[in-house]
Amino acid sequence: MIDEKLVRQVARLARLQLSDDEVARFKDQLGHILETMDELKQVDTGGVPATSHVLGLTDVLREDVARPFAHREDLLAGAPRREGPYFKVPRVIE
Amino acid sequence: MSELTTWSAARIAEAVRAREVKAEEVAEAHLKRIRTEDPRVRAFVRVLAEDALEMAREVDAKVAEGKDPGRLAGVPIAIKDNMNIRGVETTCSSRILEGYKAPYDATVIERLRLAGAVFLGKTNMDEFAMGSSTENSAFFATKNPWDLERVPGGSSGGSAAAVASRMAPVALGSDTGGSIRQPAAFCGVAGLKPTYGLVSRYGLVAFASSLDQIGPLARTIDDAALVLSVISGFDPLDSTSAPTPARAYKPDPSAIKGLTLGLPKECFSGGVDAETAEAVLAAVKVYESLGAKVREVSLPNSKYAVSTYYLLAPSEASANLARFDGMRYGFSAVREGGDGLSLLEAYEKTRGEGFGPEVKRRIMLGTYALSSGYYDAYYGKAQRVRTLIKRDFDEAFKQVDLLVTPTAPTPPFKLGEKVSDPLQMYLGDVFTIPCNIAGIAGMSVPCGLSRAGLPLGLQLLSRPFEEAALLSAARAYEAARPFPVLAEPA
Repeated sequence: MIDEKLVRQVARLARLQLSDDEVARFKDQLGHILETMDELKQVDTGGVPATSHVLGLTDVLREDVARPFAHREDLLAGAPRREGPYFKVPRVIE
Repeated sequence: MSELTTWSAARIAEAVRAREVKAEEVAEAHLKRIRTEDPRVRAFVRVLAEDALEMAREVDAKVAEGKDPGRLAGVPIAIKDNMNIRGVETTCSSRILEGYKAPYDATVIERLRLAGAVFLGKTNMDEFAMGSSTENSAFFATKNPWDLERVPGGSSGGSAAAVASRMAPVALGSDTGGSIRQPAAFCGVAGLKPTYGLVSRYGLVAFASSLDQIGPLARTIDDAALVLSVISGFDPLDSTSAPTPARAYKPDPSAIKGLTLGLPKECFSGGVDAETAEAVLAAVKVYESLGAKVREVSLPNSKYAVSTYYLLAPSEASANLARFDGMRYGFSAVREGGDGLSLLEAYEKTRGEGFGPEVKRRIMLGTYALSSGYYDAYYGKAQRVRTLIKRDFDEAFKQVDLLVTPTAPTPPFKLGEKVSDPLQMYLGDVFTIPCNIAGIAGMSVPCGLSRAGLPLGLQLLSRPFEEAALLSAARAYEAARPFPVLAEPA
């Protein structure tokens, strides 16, 4: 069920560069792991709701108030590329 | 005063407040212990020697001025490397966070600071907390101080090893599927995973947001209670924080009298190492002698917990770890001179080189489980089975007050023994995972040594927000059967 083509597709979705060795290894390992997880198919979950939050907290909201962050320079300090107070990234739209 | 490293956190705080010892001396004693022990154990990825002494001197200054130095005055603490301390690197033992300095304090760190704790350093972990042996660290494997050829457990293996080998009296870990309790069991210390939402996750690097909780590791139950008292309670900065006020936990060993303990029959029916099962059942006898009642219960869906967890946790991780794109901090293919890289190439190369094998495996698994066409069969199904697992606990807790199981199905295993078989590693989390899935509280308590001299752990589980009962029951056992103490290395 899991073949190398599927592994490559999923890697593309996950934005992960994989070597050919990794593709081959993940094909086997993911196949093996998912086979075990297929046991869930036998569980009757008809009419059972999905758990969205274990404590049942919903819609936790706060006032939409801007708070300045005191250490802006610290946030930018780790950027591989920057221009003034901005992160500089590769071109997004061709 | 080399014996300072044998002191409990409670005793240190009391002595510092009473001016019987200086926080600086306490910090120095532990830093010295780290210098002699850590080259063997390798619990720390970063020791904050200068900062620790500075923090200790601040505590001493407060004491000298007659100000309140806090409940953890001068208590050295080791912090798992997935929690932010402002100005200090947070790496999650991953190459992708290389050089990332936290621009803010996690809420738990802020609360520890206010309480007068002293940060000794950041501890090693499985990369992004994904693993059960600390062998998935991108830097090095931590050793079990009881037997250096064995794993300390994981993912909070560095924190557990640091506490066990007396490099720190207490530590913080995080627990998504057992990452505090299993290393606590493997290293012969106490480890508590609080109820989901009791401790703020603000400033904890997210792995699986619906499962992650921060909690203490300690050599005494009172110390675990003391640290929990400081770090727990509502935090507006974490939208999943439970609206419960902070409280002081004071374990009461007499509270065990009249409680009913449940033994889930699924946890004792094969698949458990015989010595481990024996030790846990012996502990149950101790509880009976202390006045607890015992009955068998059933958690029929718990056998699906591992499969459920290894779909839900990787799914959440694949979304959470999408933020590591190499554009703002840490390792980046762009920084490495990738001028000509397109955006997609920059992402793929950064992530392909920055993440280790287990993290990639889980991102792949999660991305697959969430992808169009498979979502209902995998993620959706797991979320429904999660409800069934939780309902089992609701039913069991109608009949009993606490549940007792082994923490791990085996004593600590050898380094390298399971690294080549990820599924075998996952199956070792069978007893700890259900607690995270249901969001309840769980604790590992040392319950003796195997014949080979390896620590064994007993797991106690309680209803949500009944940490007080959990800690009291753990304290009762500790009072009856003092925890094994690690001998000094020869």
